[in-house]
Amino acid sequence: MTVDAAKLVRMAEQITANMAYTDDVELVAARVADHLNRFWDPRMRQAMAEAANGDADQLSPALQAAVRQLHGVGGGGVP
Amino acid sequence: MPDMNLYYRVGAERDLGTPAANGNPANGGADAAPTVNVEIDGRHIGVPEGTSVMRAAALAGASVPKLCATEDLDAFGSCRLCLVAIEGRKGYPASCTTLVEEGMVVHTQTPRLAELRRNVMELYISDHPLDCLTCAANGDCELQDMAGAVGLRTVRYGYDGAHHLDKPKDESALYFSFDPAKCIVCSRCVRACEEQQGTYALTISGRGFDSEVIASQNDAFIDSECVSCGACVKACPTATLIEKSVIEHGQPESAVITTCAYCGVGCSFRAETQGGQLVRMVPNRDGHANHGHACVKGRFAFGYATHRDRITTPLVRDSIDDEWRAVGWDEAIRTAAERLQGIQARHGRKSIGGVTSSRCTNEEVYVVQKFIRAAAGNNNVDTCARVCHSPTGYGLKTTLGESAGTQNFDSVLQSDVIVVIGANPTEAHPVFASAMKRRLRQGAGLIVVDPRAIDLVQSPHVRADHHLQLKPGTNVAVINALAHVVIEEGLEDEAYIRARCDMEAYRIWRAFISEARNSPEATEAATGVPAGQVRAAARLYAEAGNGAIYYGLGVTEHSQGSTMVMGIANLAMATGNLGRPGVGVNPLRGQNNVQGACDMGSFPHELTGYRHLSDQATRKLFEAEWRVALDPEPGYRIPNMFDAAIDGEFKGLYVQGEDFAQSDPDTQHIYAALSAMECVIVQDLFLNETAKFAHVFLPGCSFLEKDGTFTNAERRISPVRKVIAPLSGMDEWEITCRLATAMGYEMRYSHPSEIMDEIARLTPTFRGVSYAKLAELGSIQWPCRDEASAGTPLMHVDQFVRGKGYFAPTPYVPTDERANARYPLLLTTGRVLSQYNVGAQTRRTGAVAYHREDKLEIHPADAQLRGIVDGSWVGLKSRAGETVLRAQVTERVQPGVLYTTFHHPESGANVITTDNSDWATNCPEYKVTAVQAYPVSKPSEWQEMFRRFTAAQQQLSEQALGEAQPSFAPAKLQRDRQVAQA
Repeated sequence: MTVDAAKLVRMAEQITANMAYTDDVELVAARVADHLNRFWDPRMRQAMAEAANGDADQLSPALQAAVRQLHGVGGGGVP
Repeated sequence: MPDMNLYYRVGAERDLGTPAANGNPANGGADAAPTVNVEIDGRHIGVPEGTSVMRAAALAGASVPKLCATEDLDAFGSCRLCLVAIEGRKGYPASCTTLVEEGMVVHTQTPRLAELRRNVMELYISDHPLDCLTCAANGDCELQDMAGAVGLRTVRYGYDGAHHLDKPKDESALYFSFDPAKCIVCSRCVRACEEQQGTYALTISGRGFDSEVIASQNDAFIDSECVSCGACVKACPTATLIEKSVIEHGQPESAVITTCAYCGVGCSFRAETQGGQLVRMVPNRDGHANHGHACVKGRFAFGYATHRDRITTPLVRDSIDDEWRAVGWDEAIRTAAERLQGIQARHGRKSIGGVTSSRCTNEEVYVVQKFIRAAAGNNNVDTCARVCHSPTGYGLKTTLGESAGTQNFDSVLQSDVIVVIGANPTEAHPVFASAMKRRLRQGAGLIVVDPRAIDLVQSPHVRADHHLQLKPGTNVAVINALAHVVIEEGLEDEAYIRARCDMEAYRIWRAFISEARNSPEATEAATGVPAGQVRAAARLYAEAGNGAIYYGLGVTEHSQGSTMVMGIANLAMATGNLGRPGVGVNPLRGQNNVQGACDMGSFPHELTGYRHLSDQATRKLFEAEWRVALDPEPGYRIPNMFDAAIDGEFKGLYVQGEDFAQSDPDTQHIYAALSAMECVIVQDLFLNETAKFAHVFLPGCSFLEKDGTFTNAERRISPVRKVIAPLSGMDEWEITCRLATAMGYEMRYSHPSEIMDEIARLTPTFRGVSYAKLAELGSIQWPCRDEASAGTPLMHVDQFVRGKGYFAPTPYVPTDERANARYPLLLTTGRVLSQYNVGAQTRRTGAVAYHREDKLEIHPADAQLRGIVDGSWVGLKSRAGETVLRAQVTERVQPGVLYTTFHHPESGANVITTDNSDWATNCPEYKVTAVQAYPVSKPSEWQEMFRRFTAAQQQLSEQALGEAQPSFAPAKLQRDRQVAQA
């Protein structure tokens, strides 16, 4: 993971933490994915997803699930 | 184009002598009062109950002589010149303090009144210098006018007796002079300082003939509590208090109504000129945001506009180690366009971007985002509001449905309790602070949530009921605790919630907020605020009646900024404090056009009016108007641009009036990013810190050189009108249009009014906004939902913009930036009254005399522990960098907390701040940085580097500027109306 990708993952985890008012992982994941799709440049989503997938066991479960729902990122979501 | 004659027309300011009935006209009370019919000099008139005879007479067209009365201040009745005769009454009552009664018959001119008035004037003039011809107020002196009006011909008393004519002048104030010899002791200055400004710096000392106006304890003005707002100067009917600029230049001969370019209050001013020379800025009595009041910056600090540092010629260079070369506009535009296109050819369409400025007009901002989206073909556009109020946009949109404050400023005059969170209005929004203080003096409750004891906590006639002095970074814990108390103690407005909010979201939120972890007792350890105090504050806010929340960057500039904004909205919804006068959620915007820059589609993910790019209907609307396909995906935000620059994929940046290299956090990171780019284009007034890294410099215009509009913190669109012609010869919106055209996308307008017309066509909330309408109404608060709308002072009146109000759960996630053994203190930042933001403008005015350097506030306990004494140098180190500031030991800050301002670049306040940012918007966490402080004897390494770099860059610009700078003879006024008429 490069430094910048690490920062993107850190930012994504920060989003996840702030959305985690409930234990419902799927709900949090959906909200995180929606936020990233709405506000992040696709290049950032891509870079974050690549880094996250390479280091998936380090991620929170909600972010792991969210990554799978990102638009324009290898195989997931609707562009 | 509107009729420019109408657009620029300015009526003479009329003074009706006493305020409208029920005080401030904005209260709306005057309209509701029953009408009273009176006869004045044979003319019949109906006026609202509570109107003075003087005001009724003025409205009837009869002018009663007066000296101590002015519409801006409550009637006082001291000068005895405004006497009138009222049928059926004994004597001659003062018309200013006598209220109309039904059927009253008033005579304002009789032989007996004339005699009485002449006698009064004779006494005044017997103790007044007779130097009218050489007096600075000659031509604008009410005493002179009244002497003429009453027909004073002789003074029988002679001039030999006791008098005040030898009193020395006090020239100590920077912008005005005080000449007690000319004072008539009408008390207008004293009352202006009390009623309008609320500072109580002036008083009348002594009694009878010995009465005189003094500042503080008979101090020189500069040493007194005076904040130089200029209210006393405007109020003074003689030359006693007068602008030094009028003493220097003489009386202005014409005026233009325009809008201040400093803070988000957006005061309306009469810019008074003599030829092409701006003589003074006088607050506009008819200004809807400021009602004739001003602060030291807007009133006096305009000298930067003609400062010798102004760059008025385009400059180019190949590398930042090269000398700048002065070029013509054609070459500069061609160079900029070629370089941006070259970068796109080599690195792709998305390798460049632009940043709009919250200091520029709506029209200028709009064309920059259009340029990026349509000409550059990507969405890498952002605005400097990113680093201040982006969480406001996110938070209020999510909860209420619109990214803006809910009230007009005047609403505060109907508040029963005012909550100020992370804002320091007396320093940063002084004119609004004056309105707030007026309401506080009338008895409204006050809750201050701030790590520091700001002035509002205790100042003349104002004392906070509760100061929740929290630790920096714990806002969300405090707002959650307040909401917890509201729910736990049953203080919520159930009927309101049921009628207006999304009940499913409310149910989830209610369960969340009721959890024990959100109680004041549980959060006390983190926040440092005693639980009892939080409970008392929550009860006061929920039960007082009209509860209004005002907040600033102390809310947004945190890693949980967006959460906090939503927390504030939740609290207001839960207590039913939205949708009527006196309540609301109100962001105080730092810069003049933060609201406008956000409204204009500056954010990378949305078009004008906060509509997301992914919305196909909106996109189609713009694609049809702009004749270009738009990318539906968001682009980079400012911090993302910098990260991508360091990463090597972002290479070119067009910067409109923002100074990242000073204002953005983690300076060394910014320096690295700017250095990594191939082409940085800076459009600004000065070669600022960012321009040291630039390759093309395009000289911008000060607000005095612009036609356009600003939108203030209350969504008020106000006109900005040209007072002088652009010093650079080019309007700023035109620079952007020419750049777009040079890149192959034609953008042409003949006047900014056409840009506004385009905005209005494309933006539902701006429907019907036009320059003609602005000229007619003075200002308009959006939303304007149809052509006929005159604007919307209060939002969410019948329902929330989003339909049902949304309670967003707001978990408190502490920042990573925590005090630890290595960095045991928390640094927070703010501003002072006399300076503005990075100081680019105010440092180039007399304001430097008030604030020569940024100081580090430190609590005596922390100072003593470290051997730091007041005035000594302190080293400050965070994980981002190190700088040195001078210490100011004070109990305003709590132990463990440091505070500084960032008005001077060499202070390096942002060398210390980190890359931490708000989770939702990437708004930087300026307000919390873990640091260590220690005594030092020399500047930091960064500061040494900064000095060397600054000196080197100065050398690189000297030659070009020596050749190119024109002299600052007053620019010939070349208004568009003249062009249009030719």
